[in-house]
Amino acid sequence: MKKAISVIMASIMVLGLAACSKSEETTTKATTAATTAAETTKAAETTAAETTTEATTEGAKEDTGSLIKVGIINNDPNESGYRTANDADLKKMFTKENGYDASFAYSLKNDEQIQYAQTFIQNEVDYLLLSAADVAGWDSVLQDAQAAGIKVILFDRTINADPSLYEASIVSDMNKEGQTAVDWLASQNLSEYNVIHIQGVMGSAAQQGRSGALDSKAAAESNWTIVKQQTAEWNAEKAQQIVQSVIDSGTKFNVIYAENDDMAKGAVAALDAAGISHGVGKDVIVMGFDCNKWALESLLSKDWNYDGQCNPFQASYIDSIIKDLESGKTPAQKTIIMDEKGFDAATITKEDVENYGI
Amino acid sequence: MLEMRGINKSFPGVRALQKVDFTLRAGEIHALMGENGAGKSTLIKVLTGVYTKDDGVINLDGQQNVKIHSPQDAQKLGISTVYQEITLCPNLTVAENMYIGRGKGVITKWRKMNADADKILKKLDIPARATQQLGTCSIAVQQMVAIARAVDMDCKVLILDEPTSSLDEQEVEKLFGLMRDLKALGVGIIFVTHFLDQVYEVCDKITVLRDGQLVGEYEIKDLPRVKLVAKMLGKEMDDLSDIKSEHSLYDGPDADTQVFEAEKLCSNAGIKPFNFHIKKGEVNGFTGLLGSGRSECVRAIFGADHVISGKVKMNGRPVRIRNPLDAMKKGIAYLPEDRKNDGIIGDLSVKENIILALQVMKGFFKPFTKAQASAFADEYIKKLNIKTASADTPIKSLSGGNQQKVILARWLLMHPEYLILDEPTRGIDVGTKVDIQKLVLELASGGMSVTFISSETDEMLRTCSRLIVMRDRKVVGELSGEDLTQNKIMSTIAGGE
Amino acid sequence: MNKSFFRKITSNQMFIPLMALLLLVVVNLIVDPGFFKVTLGKNNAGNLVFSGFLITILDYGSELAILALGMTLVTAASGGQDISVGATIAIAGSAMLRVLCGSNSRPDAIQAPIIVAFLVACLVGMLCGAFNGTLVSVFKIQPMIATLILFTAGRSIAAWINNNELPIVPDPKFAYFGGFIPGIPIPTTVFIVLICIIIMALVLKFTNLGLYTQAVGINEKSSRLNGIKPTFIKFLAFVILGLCVAVAALIKVSRLSTINYSVIAKDIEMDAILAVALGGNSLSGGKFNIWASVLGAYVIQFLTTTLYKFNVRSDALSAYKAVVVILLVFFSAPKVREYLSGLGKKIASKKAGKRKLAGKEEIK
Repeated sequence: MKKAISVIMASIMVLGLAACSKSEETTTKATTAATTAAETTKAAETTAAETTTEATTEGAKEDTGSLIKVGIINNDPNESGYRTANDADLKKMFTKENGYDASFAYSLKNDEQIQYAQTFIQNEVDYLLLSAADVAGWDSVLQDAQAAGIKVILFDRTINADPSLYEASIVSDMNKEGQTAVDWLASQNLSEYNVIHIQGVMGSAAQQGRSGALDSKAAAESNWTIVKQQTAEWNAEKAQQIVQSVIDSGTKFNVIYAENDDMAKGAVAALDAAGISHGVGKDVIVMGFDCNKWALESLLSKDWNYDGQCNPFQASYIDSIIKDLESGKTPAQKTIIMDEKGFDAATITKEDVENYGI
Repeated sequence: MLEMRGINKSFPGVRALQKVDFTLRAGEIHALMGENGAGKSTLIKVLTGVYTKDDGVINLDGQQNVKIHSPQDAQKLGISTVYQEITLCPNLTVAENMYIGRGKGVITKWRKMNADADKILKKLDIPARATQQLGTCSIAVQQMVAIARAVDMDCKVLILDEPTSSLDEQEVEKLFGLMRDLKALGVGIIFVTHFLDQVYEVCDKITVLRDGQLVGEYEIKDLPRVKLVAKMLGKEMDDLSDIKSEHSLYDGPDADTQVFEAEKLCSNAGIKPFNFHIKKGEVNGFTGLLGSGRSECVRAIFGADHVISGKVKMNGRPVRIRNPLDAMKKGIAYLPEDRKNDGIIGDLSVKENIILALQVMKGFFKPFTKAQASAFADEYIKKLNIKTASADTPIKSLSGGNQQKVILARWLLMHPEYLILDEPTRGIDVGTKVDIQKLVLELASGGMSVTFISSETDEMLRTCSRLIVMRDRKVVGELSGEDLTQNKIMSTIAGGE
Repeated sequence: MNKSFFRKITSNQMFIPLMALLLLVVVNLIVDPGFFKVTLGKNNAGNLVFSGFLITILDYGSELAILALGMTLVTAASGGQDISVGATIAIAGSAMLRVLCGSNSRPDAIQAPIIVAFLVACLVGMLCGAFNGTLVSVFKIQPMIATLILFTAGRSIAAWINNNELPIVPDPKFAYFGGFIPGIPIPTTVFIVLICIIIMALVLKFTNLGLYTQAVGINEKSSRLNGIKPTFIKFLAFVILGLCVAVAALIKVSRLSTINYSVIAKDIEMDAILAVALGGNSLSGGKFNIWASVLGAYVIQFLTTTLYKFNVRSDALSAYKAVVVILLVFFSAPKVREYLSGLGKKIASKKAGKRKLAGKEEIK
């Protein structure tokens, strides 16, 4: 009986993987199923990566070898709208038409990402593009890549490794994002600032950067008070509950500083339920990050006040670096910081929403 | 070689062994016989160190009064046991199973181990390779590997506890071959089994136990089957008189209708196809030693096991019974043998246990009201004199006899046409036993057909007008009228002479 | 009388959740009696609504209470738990949005009536339940292992249903289910829970679901011999849970009129199982008290809200729940219960003794 069960379970998994690897070439949908299924068993992990990569490389073999082979390791696109946009942007850039033969692997876990990287190295990709889940633990695998002549480009996130191990790093400066937002808030010249600070997953680069600027400002200015500082782990429902509990306890506040749009939305839902007005010229200032299209629309309708951009469109930067490297040039800078804006509800335009919304 | 003298062992409330003697000589196959609860397993557990004896002496191979306090002690002394259920690991290889737990050092020398194992397997003519995974071998071979493991541990006394119950005939033959080989090597074998034929095929001596006491030790040629059965049951052939029922027989106009007929009925529980019928108002029974297949027969009738072949008619019309619900809808009720695992639903109340079957019959969407349920429960608690604090007491807190009455009430509430009672009197006090027997006769004279199974033959004689006799999972005879005597039953059970 | 009264209370299934609730109430009363203040105010849509911590608890505990209903049945029948409820909420919610928004993730108006979307979600939820139920009842896989499949794959399936996009429902009416209906100051979720509870109560009263489920959970073999089909009962329990999941998904999605596949209803399965355990139900199946589970669900939400109020970091909440689990396991251990009831007897007899003494003195 046990045997029968294990056979059934195994076949379900294999079927799932097979289905995923098939759709891999054409759509982005099911790849995450492959990675999540892979999470269930260690044994399946490597096969997942292998099936996905093999499926794509086989198709490419019929073409010439002139395509540039890239292996892309990213976080789960379901994580947030930011990540979805980031993934879609990469998928749009690294196509056969643009001269690339790309394989994708997704995981939110560092150890799994490292395993995927090893698989890519074995498959002899030309470039390894990496958005690391965690800053540590990458040295040895990147050394392997270097030994195999594979060039590594980091995007979106940095790692703690010797800069000689990678060609370039394309990142958002989270500290700058935070600083821009706090500067904007300071420019509102309120008589006092009572801030509900809703943080992302503690320890993530985005959280640290965006929290840092606010923390130091609140410590420096006497009329800045953080009435509640709590992590909602990027989760709208949790943010809603947190703000609800502040409202229920009767604490006064006039600013909501949420470290992403989802959490800002949750906070606004709590405000709406309690009849607290928010937006331009209202009781509470609402601030979010990431520039989701729906968030920018809320800015346009003056329900929110500020949204800080975190630019997910790194593909074109990566593309130009690869082009440079192929033609023998070294990139001018090792670390490339992307242009990022902050949008004010008072000045935002319809064009901004279309251009910068994700 | 092995002598056990005056072994006593009691458990709280039970004297499991009373001054039992047992002798085993080298190169002898010795059958240990007795009905359930006779003390066979207790004796074996004392010998293998699972239990510590209260009293008595064990001499082994010239050593006087050896001490056996644990299974390890027994193994060191050369006493090995192979149980009914194989206690090896199916996912290890044959060789690993033979040497597991015996390595002296941490490092196992795989090659040597496999070579040694192969040597033994060859010597004993066991059709298995050392590197084969045990789970891929047949049950018989697994059993033999277990024996090989025991033999290799330099055993002088080998205990085989019901080794044949899950084997088919050919496999049994193979096992017997192995036993004879070991016998030739001078190993003393204690063989515990319920199969009489096997005893006469392979054993030299028989020791019979009954109610924790030694009945005697016999040469196989001195003890014909009939006598063996008599010794086990504890009835001398002649001093049993028939006890005729005092209840009147059912004599309605339809007394001759066959309520239930089965032709070549067979289930997947390992019984041979059998024919069976019961008339309205008749009480009949299945008899035979434990494990002879009597329960499996009635389970097949009720659809409790998966029925694989056979035709069934009720009141002359063909019907299909695929599961218990089908049987219930046709008016058949079945009180199972294993009250604890198959009968009661422990955490539910007496009331819920009583109404359960009728409730299921009535349907999922038509629950009884509280008042209805209570009325049913109270009626039968009174009728069957069930001793319980209240109808809402969980059934598991009742005594065995009262639990049995609750289950009986459950089925009587259904007003079945045909009632099957499998060991309704086991493990309950004498008073309740008599109550149940009386009740059976009363129901029958009211027109209910009843099949009654009991390990106690006199109970069967007292209640049944016809007995179907079973041996080794097949029907071997049918007794009625004048043939309904202890002598006749025993000789039919024993058979083969 | 004193003795039996004490025992009656401690042996009642509601005892543990009620004690836990009492403890939380007392702690909050001591720290801040304002915790229990309920005020009537206007929300941004201009409706009069009640607000306050108690309302928050009733509101946010709704999903958990609904899930606790189904989870209790699954636990009782199969002796195991469904750990895929969070993921299936994502699936059902995603299906609902797909129907409401069509293929366009940002429609100007809803593409189908809300009721249709809800029915589709129910169907999807029940299908997921049927999938789990089949694995458990037919293939006899342990419930935790069987539901692991949807637990891991569910959120990806949910994302796939909507092409990885995050649709937003434009119709403000859809937000009523997770918020307030104009003119009614009590959160709609409270009514949804009430409806679910009433339906469940009616089902338990007018069918034999309770009896069959308990019988199967206690003794499967014996139930079969009494004509019950254990396979079907287990299957049914999972399908009912699937329905509960769909209702919970409606509330969850409605709260924000959108969905986030990776975080919606995250870790809710553990809370639902905890609710069942807190309700004093045996996690190995058998007898159950569904209302105790519901109470357990609200106790968990009470705890969560209290901790938020005390500024406990939300990523530390699970640690506090772990403490509750430990206490629960400790207090439901037979040895501890024996000791406690022994202690109870002692106290009772001491009191009785004192009274006797007092009586004697009076006589003197």
